[in-house]
Amino acid sequence: MRIACPFCGERENGEFTYLGDASPKRPNFAVDSGESPGGVEDAFYDYVYLRDNVAGYMREYWYHGGGCRSWLIAERNTVTHEFRSVTAAPGVGAAKPVQAGE
Amino acid sequence: MSGYSGSEPLGRTAALEGTTPSARSQAASASQSHRLRSGGLIDRQQPLQFSFDDKVMSGFAGDTLASALVANGVKLVARSFKYHRPRGIITAGSEEPSALVEMRTGARKEPNTRATTQELYDGLVAQSQNRWPSLRRDFMSINQLFSPIFVAGFYYKTFMWPAKFWEAIYEPIIRRAAGLGKSAALPDPDHYDKAWAHCDVLVIGGGAAGLSAALAAGRAGSRVILVEEDSRLGGRLLSDGGEIDGMHAEEWVRRTTDELTALANVRIMVRTALFGVYDGGVYAALERVNDHVPVPGPHQVRQRVWRIVAKRSVVTAGAIERPVVFPGNDRPGVMMASAVRTYVHRFAAMPGRKVALFTNNDDGWRTVEAVQQAGGDIAAVIDPRGKVPAEYQALAELSDLRVFSGGVSDVKGGVDGVRGVVVTDGNGRTQQIDADCLAVSGGWNPNVGLSCFHRGRPVWRDDIAAFVPGDSPKGMTTAGAANGEFSLGACLRDGHAAGVAAAAECGATGNAGEAAEAGDEIYAISPLWQVKAKGKAFVDFQHDVTASDVTLAQREGFESVEHLKRYTTLGMATDQGKTSNITGLAIMAEATGRTIPQTGTTIYRPPYAPVAIGALAGHHRDENFHAWRLTPSHHWAAARGAVFVDTGLWKRAQWYPQPGEKDWIESVTREVLAVRNGVGFCDVSTLGKVDVRGADAGTFLDRVYINAFSSLAVGKARYGLMLREDGIVMDDGTTSRIAEDHYFLTTTTAKAGPVMAHLEFCRQVLWPELDVQLSSASDQWAQFSIAGPNTRKLLQELVDPSEDMSNEGFPFMGAREVMLRGGITARLFRISFSGEIAFEISVPARYGGAMAQNLMIAGRDLGVTPYGTEALGVMRIEKGHVAGPELNGTTTADDLGLGKMMSKKKDFIGRVMAGREALTAPDRQVVVGIKPLDQKRRLRSGAHVLPKGAIPGPETDQGYVTSVCYSPMLEQWIGLGLVERGRERFGEIVRIHDPLRNEDYEAEICNPVFYDPEGARQRG
Ligand SMILES: [Zn+2]
Repeated sequence: MRIACPFCGERENGEFTYLGDASPKRPNFAVDSGESPGGVEDAFYDYVYLRDNVAGYMREYWYHGGGCRSWLIAERNTVTHEFRSVTAAPGVGAAKPVQAGE
Repeated sequence: MSGYSGSEPLGRTAALEGTTPSARSQAASASQSHRLRSGGLIDRQQPLQFSFDDKVMSGFAGDTLASALVANGVKLVARSFKYHRPRGIITAGSEEPSALVEMRTGARKEPNTRATTQELYDGLVAQSQNRWPSLRRDFMSINQLFSPIFVAGFYYKTFMWPAKFWEAIYEPIIRRAAGLGKSAALPDPDHYDKAWAHCDVLVIGGGAAGLSAALAAGRAGSRVILVEEDSRLGGRLLSDGGEIDGMHAEEWVRRTTDELTALANVRIMVRTALFGVYDGGVYAALERVNDHVPVPGPHQVRQRVWRIVAKRSVVTAGAIERPVVFPGNDRPGVMMASAVRTYVHRFAAMPGRKVALFTNNDDGWRTVEAVQQAGGDIAAVIDPRGKVPAEYQALAELSDLRVFSGGVSDVKGGVDGVRGVVVTDGNGRTQQIDADCLAVSGGWNPNVGLSCFHRGRPVWRDDIAAFVPGDSPKGMTTAGAANGEFSLGACLRDGHAAGVAAAAECGATGNAGEAAEAGDEIYAISPLWQVKAKGKAFVDFQHDVTASDVTLAQREGFESVEHLKRYTTLGMATDQGKTSNITGLAIMAEATGRTIPQTGTTIYRPPYAPVAIGALAGHHRDENFHAWRLTPSHHWAAARGAVFVDTGLWKRAQWYPQPGEKDWIESVTREVLAVRNGVGFCDVSTLGKVDVRGADAGTFLDRVYINAFSSLAVGKARYGLMLREDGIVMDDGTTSRIAEDHYFLTTTTAKAGPVMAHLEFCRQVLWPELDVQLSSASDQWAQFSIAGPNTRKLLQELVDPSEDMSNEGFPFMGAREVMLRGGITARLFRISFSGEIAFEISVPARYGGAMAQNLMIAGRDLGVTPYGTEALGVMRIEKGHVAGPELNGTTTADDLGLGKMMSKKKDFIGRVMAGREALTAPDRQVVVGIKPLDQKRRLRSGAHVLPKGAIPGPETDQGYVTSVCYSPMLEQWIGLGLVERGRERFGEIVRIHDPLRNEDYEAEICNPVFYDPEGARQRG
């Protein structure tokens, strides 16, 4: 399998590690928000454990640890292993931006 | 160099030694009773000697072992897998199911080598397999008498009762009775290699279609790799000849090869068999670099596995002729018709003098001419279609051929080969024909395997009664006979077109020229899979599967081809059923009243041909099994006689034995006492190190650690714990603040890589808005832990006098840069894993060896002692510090006794999930200390912890011992463990149960900090 890193070009898949489904977003958890703790727990439970078992194209995290150390989003067909796109992944994993220096 | 020493034992016989080449050639010819006087692609000036079952014979350069055996009149070459029936050579290619031999001797002995692909070399030694005491008189052929118990599914049916009988009795007996060859039990002295290659167009197979495709793609200007499993290009052209562009086929092959060789963008790889097709245009091939010589030359490999990355591929792998199933079809001397032509034409070796031909298709008729031209007789032609094909009518009349309709219903003969062929016609009349060879053609199966490796299903074509490729992997096309195009003209055109298209898809724009021209001979076939008559009729020669096994499987309900395969083992031998699968499923189709396409094919999987594990491993064996990393002081430690331990890829000094020490415990105890009473040092460079920089570095660390780091003062270090998002502990380590916007983070040795990936995920994917940068500095710094009450005295010898090293000037958990004597800047951290006054000092990695030497010089008067990972481990257990065995992927911060570190003021990775009910339950197993009551008792990790007096079992199990050591300070074995409600149970006596080592004793649960629980020593 070959993966086209947007920074390094097409490389052998041994340079990459797979993390999985890129659709879940990490819930934003503000300590003093007054949100119900149960609501936050449910949201984190979904984020950590719930995954769709897609037959077809899926957005996945891949890490180019043997190259530029970029986390990438790949659209890959889980049936044919074909890649449709590979892009950088800045900020795609958080529910909403958290203010720096909270 | 060892590759050179073990040359083959067989020398040339004295009779041939010292004679002239032509005399030797004549002598060699004389021994080859079945060698034609002229012709063939062999070099008669290069006679070669070889031995088969210790009998010395001769052949010529250009021979395979099989063709040399044919030339020497050898018919019997093997005993079959289950029934030990005598077997001969059936094909002339890599599909061979029968003629498997043990090649070479000693450490190079290799079983199951196909004689048909093994090139002959001078001194070749081969043995037949699966026979005792000899091939001719095989004791195990008695298995034939017991054949009823060897029918399909016999493993399942016969050996059901007592399970223990299986290992003790049945399996050894079956293994001895049924099987293939034996491999060497010695380490392989040869080297193997792995390599990558890249191209635009990969052409797989160098026959007419492949040469045509490679030439078109090469002329167009694309980068071409042409792989061919044979030692020379040409495919069937080498066996069947023909005329191309008005010249002899062999001349066309020569010219085409020359043109391809001259093209700089074309690479030809012979002796290279493609065996796998993987995702994204990656192909795997095995190059047999030196299988055709006795021993690889110096610095040469025996075989090389190639991974070829190609934008497009053209499969021109040809077709495989299929047998017909009839009683006696496995007798030595029954051979595929195409193989007969190969031996006659390419190798000038006659498989028989009176050849009977049994064919259901026009192509088989080529054999008549080939045998006659070589001076042999055609005893008869049996063609179930009942008439001579138009193309061959003149020939049949001219040579007064005996032509029979019907089919072959039996073959007479034995270990010496075929003596006669029994023909039964459509009216049931039988007659026997004298013949010493039976050439069989049941038609041709296009080689669809490579096109089906991605679960593609081949498509049935009625006109050729065969499967052709269906949905091939992306970027792959098939051309020529592999695509069901069986005439030479069509192969050339089809290959050319595929080459042109593939090159164009890769952007090549050059002139590909025209396809070479040849005739379009007719391939008419009337399918015939089996002749039903009494007697054993074989479908799969290698696994001894008969037609009646297939119909038995059907009667017993195993109708699906996948069930058929597993129940009968059809197609599961080393040949993967290349000559048997389609025939087997055709018989199944008939038995079930379905069509062949309805019956379907089994799933095709790589490898296409057997590949030695050694070739797949390449250089990754013995000490090179994986890469290894050396610490900066490795060579210094090795010179001191350190014993090393593999931790991940690292080799770390485990302890430093001294003369007179009787075991490792004595050495480790000495090292521990030296540290606790004086000073010692240990290389801890293997810890992961990450530079964290940027205005938001503190915020970033607050989010990845459970405790706060933005509040850490510049010049201070702090112990930190990271969780996974599910609330389980991921890693720990100290992190120091070097400047307002600069932290230096350390990880455990084992988790250095995963933690770096995790931090990058947090930075890039979760919080890219933070101003923070990460760089791995693990290899940049040589880091030493210096510990013991005399640490400060030792450091004063190393550090520039201007540095304040007092307890106030450099307090516990201080961290800053210092100048060393001589002007090198080092980083110094006052952190302690041992519980003593301790510093970790970091210098640029290139100074690692010098640092170790200087520590020894500076500490000579203090008795400084280098210590290894064992002493490090002893001291951390004495101090109750957790490490890998406790950070085991199931423990929470609170389990480790570190729950209080969890900040309540901020979000951090794992915070919410760590609060789940089950992760905060009061009965969780938590870290405790464990001391056996008997102070002489050795504690062992892995032992179970139970309530005192409890009966061992899952319901009474309360945890286990995670880490143990002999504690020099307590003078007994101690350990850490994970025990249910452990912290409430200090002082309780528990049962330690170790069924693996058959040990059972009592121990006390205690505070995990065994030594200096107040921590006074490290702050002093
Ligand atoms: Zn990259």
